[in-house]
Amino acid sequence: MLLKKLSELKGTSGAEKAVRDTLREEIAPWVDSISVDKIGNLIATKKGSEPAPEILLTAHMDEVALMITEITPDGFLKFRSVGLIDPRILVSKPVQISGINGVIGAKAIHLQKPKERQHALKLEQLYIDIGAKSQEEANKHVKLGDYAYFMTKFESLGSGFFKGKAFDDRVGCYIITEILKKNFNLALVAAFTVQEEVGLRGAKVAAYHLKPDFALVLEGTISADMAHLEEEDWVTELGKGPAISIQDRTTLYNPQLIRQVVNLAKEKGIPFQFRRDSRGDNDAGKIHSSREGIPTLSISVPCRYIHSSVSLVKQEDIDHTIQLVEEILQAIPDHFKF
Amino acid sequence: MENERVKHAKEFLKLLSGHHGVSGYESLIAPLVIQEFQSSAEEVKTDRFGNIYALKKGETGRYKIMLAAHMDEIGLMVKKIDPRGFLCFTTIGGVDQRTLLSQEVIIHGRQPITGVIGSMPPHLVQGDGEDGNEAVKIEDMGIDVGLTHEEIQKVIQVGDIITFKRSPLELLGGLIAGKSLDDRAGVVVMQICLQELHRLYHAHDVIAVTTTQEEIGLRGALTSAYTLNPDLAIAIDVTHAATPDTMGQVSIELGKGPAIALGPNIHPRVYESLSEAAQNARIPFQIEPIAGMTGTDAWAIQVAQAGVPTGLLSIPLRYMHTSVETIDMQDVINSGLLLAHFIASLPEDLEGSLCY
Amino acid sequence: MSNAQNLPDYTLLERLSQAYGPSGAEKGISEKIAAVIQPYCDSLTQDKLGNLIAIRKGSGKKIMIATHMDEIGVMITHIDENGFLRFTTVGGVHVAELPHRRVQFQNGRTGIISMEKLDKPSDLKLSRLYLDIGAANQEEAEQIVQIGDSAVFTGELVHSGSRILSKALDNRVGCFVAIEALKRVQTEHELSFAFTVQEEVGLRGAQTAAFALDPDVAIAVDVTLTGDTPKAHPMEVKLGNGVAIKVFDHSMITPPQIKQWMTTTAEKYKIPYQFEVLEFGGTDSGAIHLTKGGIPAGVLSIPTRYVHSPSEMIDSKDVEAAVNLLVALLEGPINL
Repeated sequence: MLLKKLSELKGTSGAEKAVRDTLREEIAPWVDSISVDKIGNLIATKKGSEPAPEILLTAHMDEVALMITEITPDGFLKFRSVGLIDPRILVSKPVQISGINGVIGAKAIHLQKPKERQHALKLEQLYIDIGAKSQEEANKHVKLGDYAYFMTKFESLGSGFFKGKAFDDRVGCYIITEILKKNFNLALVAAFTVQEEVGLRGAKVAAYHLKPDFALVLEGTISADMAHLEEEDWVTELGKGPAISIQDRTTLYNPQLIRQVVNLAKEKGIPFQFRRDSRGDNDAGKIHSSREGIPTLSISVPCRYIHSSVSLVKQEDIDHTIQLVEEILQAIPDHFKF
Repeated sequence: MENERVKHAKEFLKLLSGHHGVSGYESLIAPLVIQEFQSSAEEVKTDRFGNIYALKKGETGRYKIMLAAHMDEIGLMVKKIDPRGFLCFTTIGGVDQRTLLSQEVIIHGRQPITGVIGSMPPHLVQGDGEDGNEAVKIEDMGIDVGLTHEEIQKVIQVGDIITFKRSPLELLGGLIAGKSLDDRAGVVVMQICLQELHRLYHAHDVIAVTTTQEEIGLRGALTSAYTLNPDLAIAIDVTHAATPDTMGQVSIELGKGPAIALGPNIHPRVYESLSEAAQNARIPFQIEPIAGMTGTDAWAIQVAQAGVPTGLLSIPLRYMHTSVETIDMQDVINSGLLLAHFIASLPEDLEGSLCY
Repeated sequence: MSNAQNLPDYTLLERLSQAYGPSGAEKGISEKIAAVIQPYCDSLTQDKLGNLIAIRKGSGKKIMIATHMDEIGVMITHIDENGFLRFTTVGGVHVAELPHRRVQFQNGRTGIISMEKLDKPSDLKLSRLYLDIGAANQEEAEQIVQIGDSAVFTGELVHSGSRILSKALDNRVGCFVAIEALKRVQTEHELSFAFTVQEEVGLRGAQTAAFALDPDVAIAVDVTLTGDTPKAHPMEVKLGNGVAIKVFDHSMITPPQIKQWMTTTAEKYKIPYQFEVLEFGGTDSGAIHLTKGGIPAGVLSIPTRYVHSPSEMIDSKDVEAAVNLLVALLEGPINL
């Protein structure tokens, strides 16, 4: 299954090769051209019966991970996070670095004072143990700058859920791949971008050289519909359909465009929800402000426990997102203006 | 031969680590232990508390030597199912709340069900609301099983036990990382010992007891020691090995051999004999002075019935009570060999040798 | 079985709850229980710690039923020249809730707890509290009470719909359930009813009773907390939802086969039950199951609000379910 394959690939910001190679292979039979630009974005075009308008679909390939910044004299590895990670989720997890295993442990509960347990462990206090007995031994297996990845297996869970790592934004890559397998009248450009997690950097470059008429960002976004939070804090909710962004940290989305998507979704009976928080951002931030400005929308699959070792998505949300994107592409240019 | 031994021990340890048996619910893992010991012991039986006794007869059988290692592990238990389908839980044994976020777990309901202990998206943590410096409290965590409240009712009940989902993995230099190596590694040590005893002369009967409910108060050791009423006992457990964050607190190191304890919990002659046996067999060992309670089965066994001369052998282990406990296989092998040589070295007049 | 015939005699619960019996001074309650159960047992003895043991002979399994009869209280440590008493607590007494509570001594004398002038609420400590029994001076006080005497809360038994409020329902309702079961049960098993002492100070009576009786299996009956009040600590147990089958507390993890036995029996007889995961405290089974080589033990709990207050609250439906389940367990076959 493609989503499983994508989820289990290792590819953080600046090191997306494995994801790029897999996607290139997957989409090759369905597109007219494939190229990789100077920063590493994977660009595919698919001709339509009409030359214009040109529609850009984007999803980022990179995921959050850890970067090795120091090897201690005892052979332990210190690290920083690539992208936003709450250090509290790192404790007691296995990771993989350049083909070898490591663990992020913590001082045993027996050795702590009760007060210590109230305080979160900070990134500086954590380290990876690969079993090396010295710096010299560790150096044989790990180099500074190597990345450590979570080892989470993709599996179905409960009724209609998937669990895995990196759904942000491999789920977007998956959706675009599925869209590329279908035929539309429009000319499509797909950009699988790099370095979203460290500042939307791939998207900035892609938007500049692709100059599309309209851009649609496909994301895996925050869902905080958790046990201890009240409904107003959920941002999005699993099982309630694709989440349409209104505002986030770097983009104010065009209300007319949003209304057209909403009307379309209602007309076609596709469930949808709004992304109800202004925190976090995505590639749209750089795309909509590129050159003279590019009309841009973000549609996301809600993911629980995003940016951690294990997140959850619901299959029906993915299906409904694909369906909504399809409807939008079919409605352009006759019924959908930008 | 040596490699065969390491390979087999490693396989057994991985098997035990990958299976589940929270305190009180050891019946899930007991069959694996029983099956393994049947290959090295003359008789394997269990009691109504779930303890497993594997007997290896000695030449004279005049005295009974008890070995004890516990098979239970720490875990969680469902205490409430919230209307939206998240599971609230309590802990069984010493669980650090800071090791729980983003952990995959298995709920042992009517069938095993995978769940995830959810974490807040960091985007929301850094903003207003939650403080990232505070450890998240267990009350604020929920287990997500991807089922509705109605669906959950069919498969999960309050009181179901929960274990961590973690396959053991190998690190460099023969290290193994995984869950519940505390004290499944001790069980492996007993098996290595019994196997080695087939090649050594030993006068006394050896009963390797795989105990239950250690993590919630040494309860299986208490009852099994009463039942067995041995003449001498050695508990085998794990002990903290030094890591960068335990400076000044821990001096035992990984890979430097088993730790032999001494202190009020330990009969001085047993400590001496263990050290001598290690020296004679050229097995590396470390000395672990413990000033009072050892927190191991040895503590309960020492005061069973009319009192039992007791020793404690510990395997160095990092990150105790996390799901990535780390151990050196060589320490495990050496612990088993040391135990066997110790038993073989005991005189026929055991009672006399234990006089103060 | 008709319902009317099986309705418990709640006047007995009233007599039991109002009896005097703090830990270590259970004589009063013990005598009351002995008088009630005498006709229903083959032998009735008291052991060295004060446990009351009633045996019903049989040829089947040897079953111990343990219910503690002691209650929490306060014990006099000092009598001052003006006749005021200082005291310490017996069992898990919430010190913050003591001011202006009435307490009663074995001889019936009632007093009130009050406190010295406090500068701020956080100054409220045991050492700042005193007990006023209406004595004018030390001499008069010493004629009424002695150092070492204990007093218990007063709190009459009141019916409030199906709910019942009283002092000391922990654990007189457990004693009541055991007595009702003893009256009703017909079985081939040998039953040992132990009305235990000193549970509130560390399960001490149960420990010695279990050692002496050495049963095949034991069932304790006690109260448990609930999670059904506003902003309560999360807990699934609710008042009125049936007898609680304990799965976990800090003194014991119920053996799975005992949980199974209790659950299938409750389901067979359609007795309402709920599972209990208690994160605080323990009960007699905690001591019993670790006795000798280990004794399989379980607990039937009566959901109770406001435990260790003068107005503990239970639901009569839960009490009836507990009696029915206990009887069913004692009468049925046991294959553990």
